Amino acid sequence: MSLIARYLEEHGIPTVVIGTARDIVETCGVPRFLFVDFPLGSPCGEPWNVAQQGEIFEMALGLLESAQAPRTTRAAGFAWSKGEGWKSLVFTEAQPYQSVEVQQAWLERKEKYRQLRAKGKL
Amino acid sequence: MDHVRYIDRTTAYYRSQGYAKSYAWAQHDAVPFTPLSKPLAQSRVGLLSTSEIAIRFDPATEQNPIVEQGFRAVYELPADVPTAKLYSRTASFDRYATHLEDVNAFFPVDRLREAVARGRIGSIPPRLYGAYNNYSQRKVLEEEAPKALALARRDEIDAAILVPV
Repeated sequence: MSLIARYLEEHGIPTVVIGTARDIVETCGVPRFLFVDFPLGSPCGEPWNVAQQGEIFEMALGLLESAQAPRTTRAAGFAWSKGEGWKSLVFTEAQPYQSVEVQQAWLERKEKYRQLRAKGKL
Repeated sequence: MDHVRYIDRTTAYYRSQGYAKSYAWAQHDAVPFTPLSKPLAQSRVGLLSTSEIAIRFDPATEQNPIVEQGFRAVYELPADVPTAKLYSRTASFDRYATHLEDVNAFFPVDRLREAVARGRIGSIPPRLYGAYNNYSQRKVLEEEAPKALALARRDEIDAAILVPV
Protein backbone atom coordinates (compact mmCIF):
# COMPACT_ATOMS: atom_id res chain seq x y z
CA MET A 1 0.00 0.00 0.00
CA SER A 2 2.91 2.33 0.69
CA LEU A 3 4.10 1.73 -2.86
CA ILE A 4 0.68 2.75 -4.18
CA ALA A 5 0.80 5.90 -2.04
CA ARG A 6 4.15 6.80 -3.57
CA TYR A 7 2.90 6.10 -7.10
CA LEU A 8 -0.27 8.18 -6.72
CA GLU A 9 1.71 11.03 -5.23
CA GLU A 10 4.29 10.92 -8.04
CA HIS A 11 1.38 11.35 -10.43
CA GLY A 12 -0.16 14.31 -8.65
CA ILE A 13 -2.63 12.80 -6.18
CA PRO A 14 -2.07 13.61 -2.49
CA THR A 15 -2.41 10.66 -0.11
CA VAL A 16 -2.41 9.83 3.57
CA VAL A 17 -1.66 6.34 4.89
CA ILE A 18 -3.35 5.21 8.13
CA GLY A 19 -1.41 2.23 9.44
CA THR A 20 -0.12 0.19 12.36
CA ALA A 21 3.23 -1.12 11.07
CA ARG A 22 5.35 1.97 11.57
CA ASP A 23 8.68 0.44 10.56
CA ILE A 24 7.32 -1.08 7.35
CA VAL A 25 5.64 2.12 6.16
CA GLU A 26 8.55 4.37 7.11
CA THR A 27 11.13 2.05 5.55
CA CYS A 28 9.23 2.22 2.27
CA GLY A 29 8.82 5.96 2.73
CA VAL A 30 5.46 7.69 2.16
CA PRO A 31 4.41 11.33 1.93
CA ARG A 32 1.99 11.39 4.90
CA PHE A 33 1.56 8.71 7.52
CA LEU A 34 -0.80 8.58 10.49
CA PHE A 35 0.66 5.95 12.79
CA VAL A 36 -1.86 4.17 15.02
CA ASP A 37 -0.16 1.94 17.59
CA PHE A 38 -2.83 -0.77 17.49
CA PRO A 39 -2.77 -4.47 16.53
CA LEU A 40 -2.71 -5.41 12.84
CA GLY A 41 -6.33 -5.31 11.69
CA SER A 42 -7.47 -2.19 13.58
CA PRO A 43 -5.55 0.74 12.08
CA CYS A 44 -8.55 3.09 12.10
CA GLY A 45 -9.55 2.69 15.76
CA GLU A 46 -10.84 0.02 18.07
CA PRO A 47 -13.84 -1.93 16.76
CA TRP A 48 -17.15 -0.22 17.60
CA ASN A 49 -15.41 2.80 19.18
CA VAL A 50 -17.03 5.35 16.88
CA ALA A 51 -15.72 8.41 18.76
CA GLN A 52 -12.12 7.21 18.60
CA GLN A 53 -12.45 6.22 14.94
CA GLY A 54 -13.79 9.70 14.25
CA GLU A 55 -10.78 11.31 15.95
CA ILE A 56 -8.35 9.11 14.03
CA PHE A 57 -10.09 9.85 10.74
CA GLU A 58 -9.98 13.58 11.48
CA MET A 59 -6.24 13.34 12.26
CA ALA A 60 -5.71 11.76 8.85
CA LEU A 61 -7.63 14.59 7.17
CA GLY A 62 -5.62 17.10 9.18
CA LEU A 63 -2.41 15.52 7.96
CA LEU A 64 -3.56 15.85 4.34
CA GLU A 65 -3.97 19.57 4.96
CA SER A 66 -1.01 20.33 7.18
CA ALA A 67 1.92 18.28 5.87
CA GLN A 68 4.46 20.45 4.10
CA ALA A 69 6.98 17.82 3.04
CA PRO A 70 7.24 14.06 2.45
CA ARG A 71 7.86 11.59 5.31
CA THR A 72 5.52 13.49 7.57
CA THR A 73 4.52 11.03 10.28
CA ARG A 74 2.05 11.82 13.02
CA ALA A 75 1.37 9.40 15.88
CA ALA A 76 -2.31 9.19 16.80
CA GLY A 77 -1.37 8.73 20.47
CA PHE A 78 -4.07 6.27 21.50
CA ALA A 79 -3.23 3.19 23.58
CA TRP A 80 -5.02 -0.12 22.98
CA SER A 81 -7.66 -0.40 25.71
CA LYS A 82 -6.89 -4.02 26.57
CA GLY A 83 -3.24 -3.30 27.30
CA GLU A 84 -0.07 -3.78 25.32
CA GLY A 85 0.49 -7.50 25.84
CA TRP A 86 -0.21 -8.09 22.14
CA LYS A 87 3.02 -6.30 21.25
CA SER A 88 5.30 -8.95 22.69
CA LEU A 89 3.16 -11.82 21.37
CA VAL A 90 2.47 -10.95 17.73
CA PHE A 91 4.52 -13.07 15.32
CA THR A 92 5.87 -15.42 17.96
CA GLU A 93 5.76 -19.19 18.10
CA ALA A 94 3.38 -18.90 21.05
CA GLN A 95 0.83 -17.32 18.69
CA PRO A 96 1.04 -18.73 15.16
CA TYR A 97 0.07 -15.76 12.99
CA GLN A 98 -2.29 -17.70 10.78
CA SER A 99 -4.35 -20.77 11.57
CA VAL A 100 -3.41 -24.11 10.00
CA GLU A 101 -6.53 -23.87 7.77
CA VAL A 102 -5.62 -20.41 6.50
CA GLN A 103 -2.05 -21.44 5.82
CA GLN A 104 -3.27 -24.53 3.96
CA ALA A 105 -5.69 -22.47 1.85
CA TRP A 106 -2.88 -20.06 1.02
CA LEU A 107 -0.60 -22.86 -0.10
CA GLU A 108 -3.38 -24.29 -2.28
CA ARG A 109 -4.04 -20.90 -3.83
CA LYS A 110 -0.35 -20.50 -4.51
CA GLU A 111 -0.14 -23.93 -6.12
CA LYS A 112 -3.20 -23.25 -8.30
CA TYR A 113 -1.65 -19.98 -9.42
CA ARG A 114 1.65 -21.74 -10.19
CA GLN A 115 -0.17 -24.34 -12.33
CA LEU A 116 -2.14 -21.71 -14.24
CA ARG A 117 1.09 -19.88 -14.91
CA ALA A 118 2.81 -23.05 -16.09
CA LYS A 119 -0.03 -23.59 -18.57
CA GLY A 120 0.35 -20.03 -19.79
CA LYS A 121 -3.13 -19.04 -18.57
CA LEU A 122 -1.92 -16.08 -16.52
CA MET B 1 5.74 0.34 25.28
CA ASP B 2 7.44 1.23 22.03
CA HIS B 3 5.96 0.15 18.68
CA VAL B 4 6.49 -3.34 17.27
CA ARG B 5 9.41 -3.76 14.87
CA TYR B 6 7.53 -5.87 12.35
CA ILE B 7 10.40 -6.28 9.92
CA ASP B 8 12.67 -7.84 12.55
CA ARG B 9 9.81 -9.72 14.19
CA THR B 10 8.46 -11.32 11.01
CA THR B 11 11.96 -12.16 9.78
CA ALA B 12 12.66 -14.09 12.97
CA TYR B 13 9.17 -15.63 12.96
CA TYR B 14 9.27 -16.98 9.42
CA ARG B 15 12.81 -18.22 9.92
CA SER B 16 11.55 -20.21 12.93
CA GLN B 17 8.79 -21.58 10.67
CA GLY B 18 11.39 -22.98 8.31
CA TYR B 19 11.47 -20.33 5.59
CA ALA B 20 15.11 -19.87 4.61
CA LYS B 21 14.74 -16.64 2.64
CA SER B 22 13.55 -13.52 4.42
CA TYR B 23 11.30 -10.99 2.71
CA ALA B 24 13.00 -7.86 1.39
CA TRP B 25 10.70 -4.99 2.35
CA ALA B 26 10.56 -1.99 0.05
CA GLN B 27 13.06 0.67 1.03
CA HIS B 28 13.38 4.11 -0.54
CA ASP B 29 15.36 7.23 0.24
CA ALA B 30 13.45 9.66 -1.98
CA VAL B 31 9.74 10.20 -1.31
CA PRO B 32 7.42 12.12 -3.64
CA PHE B 33 5.05 14.79 -2.38
CA THR B 34 2.00 16.52 -3.85
CA PRO B 35 0.21 19.20 -1.82
CA LEU B 36 -3.58 19.42 -1.81
CA SER B 37 -4.74 21.44 -4.81
CA LYS B 38 -7.80 22.86 -3.05
CA PRO B 39 -9.42 22.86 0.40
CA LEU B 40 -10.73 19.49 1.62
CA ALA B 41 -14.23 20.96 1.78
CA GLN B 42 -14.07 21.19 -2.02
CA SER B 43 -12.12 17.98 -2.59
CA ARG B 44 -13.28 14.55 -3.62
CA VAL B 45 -11.64 12.01 -1.31
CA GLY B 46 -11.27 8.31 -2.15
CA LEU B 47 -10.74 5.32 0.18
CA LEU B 48 -8.53 2.32 -0.68
CA SER B 49 -7.61 -0.52 1.64
CA THR B 50 -5.87 -3.90 1.52
CA SER B 51 -8.41 -5.42 3.91
CA GLU B 52 -9.84 -7.57 1.09
CA ILE B 53 -13.14 -5.77 1.63
CA ALA B 54 -16.13 -7.53 0.04
CA ILE B 55 -19.93 -7.34 -0.14
CA ARG B 56 -22.27 -10.00 1.22
CA PHE B 57 -24.74 -11.16 -1.40
CA ASP B 58 -27.20 -13.98 -1.95
CA PRO B 59 -25.74 -16.14 -4.74
CA ALA B 60 -29.23 -17.56 -5.45
CA THR B 61 -30.69 -14.20 -6.45
CA GLU B 62 -27.79 -11.76 -6.83
CA GLN B 63 -24.54 -11.40 -8.71
CA ASN B 64 -21.36 -10.61 -6.83
CA PRO B 65 -21.31 -6.79 -6.88
CA ILE B 66 -17.51 -6.87 -7.03
CA VAL B 67 -15.75 -7.56 -10.28
CA GLU B 68 -12.29 -8.99 -9.58
CA GLN B 69 -9.48 -10.59 -11.46
CA GLY B 70 -8.64 -13.46 -9.12
CA PHE B 71 -6.94 -11.71 -6.20
CA ARG B 72 -5.08 -9.32 -8.48
CA ALA B 73 -5.09 -5.60 -9.04
CA VAL B 74 -7.29 -2.93 -7.50
CA TYR B 75 -11.06 -3.49 -7.52
CA GLU B 76 -14.14 -1.36 -6.93
CA LEU B 77 -17.28 -1.40 -4.82
CA PRO B 78 -20.34 0.87 -5.16
CA ALA B 79 -19.95 3.69 -2.62
CA ASP B 80 -23.60 3.52 -1.57
CA VAL B 81 -23.32 -0.07 -0.34
CA PRO B 82 -24.90 -0.46 3.12
CA THR B 83 -22.10 -0.81 5.68
CA ALA B 84 -23.81 -3.89 7.16
CA LYS B 85 -23.18 -5.72 3.89
CA LEU B 86 -19.42 -5.10 3.96
CA TYR B 87 -16.98 -7.60 5.40
CA SER B 88 -13.29 -8.44 5.19
CA ARG B 89 -11.94 -11.68 3.75
CA THR B 90 -8.41 -11.15 4.94
CA ALA B 91 -6.65 -13.53 7.31
CA SER B 92 -3.75 -11.14 7.63
CA PHE B 93 -4.37 -9.50 11.00
CA ASP B 94 -3.65 -10.12 14.69
CA ARG B 95 -6.45 -12.59 15.40
CA TYR B 96 -5.43 -12.88 19.06
CA ALA B 97 -5.67 -9.17 19.80
CA THR B 98 -8.54 -7.93 17.65
CA HIS B 99 -11.28 -8.92 15.16
CA LEU B 100 -12.74 -7.64 11.90
CA GLU B 101 -16.43 -7.46 12.87
CA ASP B 102 -16.53 -3.65 12.62
CA VAL B 103 -15.39 -2.68 9.12
CA ASN B 104 -14.91 0.92 10.20
CA ALA B 105 -11.91 -0.16 12.27
CA PHE B 106 -10.00 -0.84 9.03
CA PHE B 107 -12.19 0.54 6.24
CA PRO B 108 -13.56 3.80 7.67
CA VAL B 109 -16.44 4.18 5.25
CA ASP B 110 -18.92 5.58 7.78
CA ARG B 111 -16.37 8.08 9.08
CA LEU B 112 -15.82 9.13 5.45
CA ARG B 113 -19.56 9.55 4.84
CA GLU B 114 -19.91 11.55 8.06
CA ALA B 115 -17.11 13.86 6.95
CA VAL B 116 -19.00 14.54 3.72
CA ALA B 117 -22.30 15.04 5.59
CA ARG B 118 -20.83 17.73 7.82
CA GLY B 119 -19.01 19.44 4.96
CA ARG B 120 -15.51 18.56 6.16
CA ILE B 121 -14.73 17.09 2.75
CA GLY B 122 -16.45 17.94 -0.50
CA SER B 123 -17.52 14.55 -1.77
CA ILE B 124 -16.64 10.92 -2.22
CA PRO B 125 -16.35 9.20 -5.60
CA PRO B 126 -19.10 6.78 -6.69
CA ARG B 127 -16.79 3.89 -5.80
CA LEU B 128 -14.79 2.53 -2.87
CA TYR B 129 -11.61 0.63 -3.66
CA GLY B 130 -9.91 -2.53 -2.49
CA ALA B 131 -6.55 -4.19 -3.07
CA TYR B 132 -4.73 -7.31 -1.91
CA ASN B 133 -1.58 -7.75 0.06
CA ASN B 134 0.81 -8.54 -2.74
CA TYR B 135 4.25 -9.87 -1.94
CA SER B 136 5.60 -8.91 -5.35
CA GLN B 137 6.70 -5.28 -5.37
CA ARG B 138 7.12 -5.53 -9.13
CA LYS B 139 3.45 -6.51 -9.53
CA VAL B 140 2.31 -3.73 -7.24
CA LEU B 141 4.23 -1.21 -9.32
CA GLU B 142 3.31 -2.66 -12.71
CA GLU B 143 -0.33 -3.62 -12.11
CA GLU B 144 -1.91 -2.31 -8.93
CA ALA B 145 -0.48 1.18 -8.67
CA PRO B 146 -1.27 2.09 -12.32
CA LYS B 147 -4.79 0.66 -11.87
CA ALA B 148 -5.26 2.75 -8.72
CA LEU B 149 -4.10 5.84 -10.59
CA ALA B 150 -6.39 5.13 -13.56
CA LEU B 151 -9.41 4.75 -11.24
CA ALA B 152 -8.47 7.87 -9.29
CA ARG B 153 -8.29 9.86 -12.51
CA ARG B 154 -11.49 8.40 -13.95
CA ASP B 155 -13.35 9.18 -10.71
CA GLU B 156 -11.72 12.64 -10.44
CA ILE B 157 -10.27 12.06 -6.98
CA ASP B 158 -8.41 14.98 -5.42
CA ALA B 159 -6.94 13.06 -2.46
CA ALA B 160 -6.81 9.45 -1.25
CA ILE B 161 -6.94 7.80 2.16
CA LEU B 162 -4.98 4.53 2.05
CA VAL B 163 -5.29 1.87 4.73
CA PRO B 164 -2.87 -1.07 4.72
CA VAL B 165 -4.18 -3.90 6.88
